[in-house]
Amino acid sequence: MKALSWLYLALAYAFILLPVGVLVVFSFQDGRLPVPPFQGATLKWYGQVLADRDLTAALLNSAMVAVVSSAVALVLGFLAAHGLARVRLPGSVLMRGVLIAPMTVSYLIIALGLLNQFNQMGLRPSLWATGVGHVVINLPLCFAILYAAMGDHQKSAERAARDLGASEWRVLTLVSAPMLAAPMAAAFFLSVTFSWDEFIIAFLLTRFDVTLPVEIWSLLKSGLSPKTNAVGSLVFLVSVTAVLALELFVFRGKK
Amino acid sequence: MTAGVSVQAVSRRYGAAAVLEDVSLEIAAGEFVVLLGPSGCGKTTLLNMIGGFDEPTAGQILIGGRNMAGIPPKDRPTTTVFQDYALFPHMTLADNVAFGLRMRGVARVERLARAAEMLALVGLDGRGERRPHELSGGQRQRVALARALAVEPDVLLLDEPLGALDLKLRRQMQDELKAIQRRVGTTFVHVTHDQEEAMAIADRIVVMNAGRIEDEGPPKRVYLRPKSLFTAGFMGEVNRISLATTRLFPQLGATGVLCLRPESVVEGGALRIGPCRIADVAFFGTHVRAHVVPEAAPDLRLVVHLPQGSDVTEGQVMDLGARDFVVLEA
Repeated sequence: MKALSWLYLALAYAFILLPVGVLVVFSFQDGRLPVPPFQGATLKWYGQVLADRDLTAALLNSAMVAVVSSAVALVLGFLAAHGLARVRLPGSVLMRGVLIAPMTVSYLIIALGLLNQFNQMGLRPSLWATGVGHVVINLPLCFAILYAAMGDHQKSAERAARDLGASEWRVLTLVSAPMLAAPMAAAFFLSVTFSWDEFIIAFLLTRFDVTLPVEIWSLLKSGLSPKTNAVGSLVFLVSVTAVLALELFVFRGKK
Repeated sequence: MTAGVSVQAVSRRYGAAAVLEDVSLEIAAGEFVVLLGPSGCGKTTLLNMIGGFDEPTAGQILIGGRNMAGIPPKDRPTTTVFQDYALFPHMTLADNVAFGLRMRGVARVERLARAAEMLALVGLDGRGERRPHELSGGQRQRVALARALAVEPDVLLLDEPLGALDLKLRRQMQDELKAIQRRVGTTFVHVTHDQEEAMAIADRIVVMNAGRIEDEGPPKRVYLRPKSLFTAGFMGEVNRISLATTRLFPQLGATGVLCLRPESVVEGGALRIGPCRIADVAFFGTHVRAHVVPEAAPDLRLVVHLPQGSDVTEGQVMDLGARDFVVLEA
């Protein structure tokens, strides 16, 4: 039985990680195609990626969109969660539902909706438009995480802060937000990874300056190359770093 | 700094339910007042209204002669010590204590010096760099006290501050609270449901029940000469004897309820009960607790606390009387 469960574990991990593993291995392929057999290791594809202006520009665009849109989603999500957790309003259940609703809608629908709306408003597709789209998908996430993290513990600390003379703004910035530092970091890093990977919204809402997934897609149109594997590996590296950072600095510190 | 509090005909209703009904109370500057009562009696609501966390539906509250209607907690000359401490977990003890001064725009060096002083006052000198999670419950409560006192409030409100502590620590903190109040001279309004705590610390006890003030006065008076049956029962164990049904005390008349504390029944007390037979007896450490039946009224059964050294046995007959007693309306 024990051997079987280990086997099951190994298979499960292989199923999850094999595609990524293959991608990373063939990014070092010393040949023209990222397919077996493996013809020896080289770093030249990474060199090409870093020398490719379009790719590095897309990389920076992606990072910028991810960080800015996540920060906006975090602030909005925090304010919404704080308001709904603290104040009894008529219809607050409905408001919570509406806030979380975008999570259940496919990114394609959100992207199409935004595209229509922006067209009507006369806004051209751009990184800003993509950023707005990413706020739409990440706001429910940030809201849900932070709403769940707010407890009576915070509530009484906020009450004490008010009692000691803090204005509402200082209650928020000096007490409520710092007390939620760990869930805020979790929400932010998750948002960054979602935004970083996101393709459909970015594809429909960008034109000249594009994000990395869109750039990779256009590379793929010209056929398979170890270069795309190298880009993919770099993207993967960034995501893994973000998740590890989250584990090490946020969740570990809690225990 | 210290100021008096004047509660004038205050009522608080939530919908149809009245939590406080026409409560009036004068608290002098520098006084240590304890609001005492069972849960749901309105004592915490009254405290919240003094602190500004709740507003009366009728009547008004004055602090230092100033009407507090519509003034939020942050602008009131009050601070509160909460039962759950409500310390800021992400700040050091010094920053916790200095928080109120920071809100008042006091410079960092100055406010940290003041925080160190306040921590010394509550016996935590030199621990300003620690964080709340490193402290025991009693220590956290001291920090909460230091934090509330650091801004030199006119009135300090304490919402069952010792409720979460174990009995031994609670008794120790009571003594310290009283000593600190004497030193700083601030008006303290303290809420509790523990009558022993109330007697240990209060200058004046305000007994509350069902949204009204039942009785108020110095601990000794409230304990020995309660003004109502509720107060008599809430302040401690009491024997209630209906004068309408017993002929034991014709000199007291035929109406009302005679209240006798178990420890005020002694051999040869002024109010004669006469020979009593001991029904059962148990040693309680500080006293000997016994049930006795007066021979002149076999249907009565009284609880008495005899001195620790008493050598009594079941079936023995003692000549008892009451030292202190009070007759109340039923």
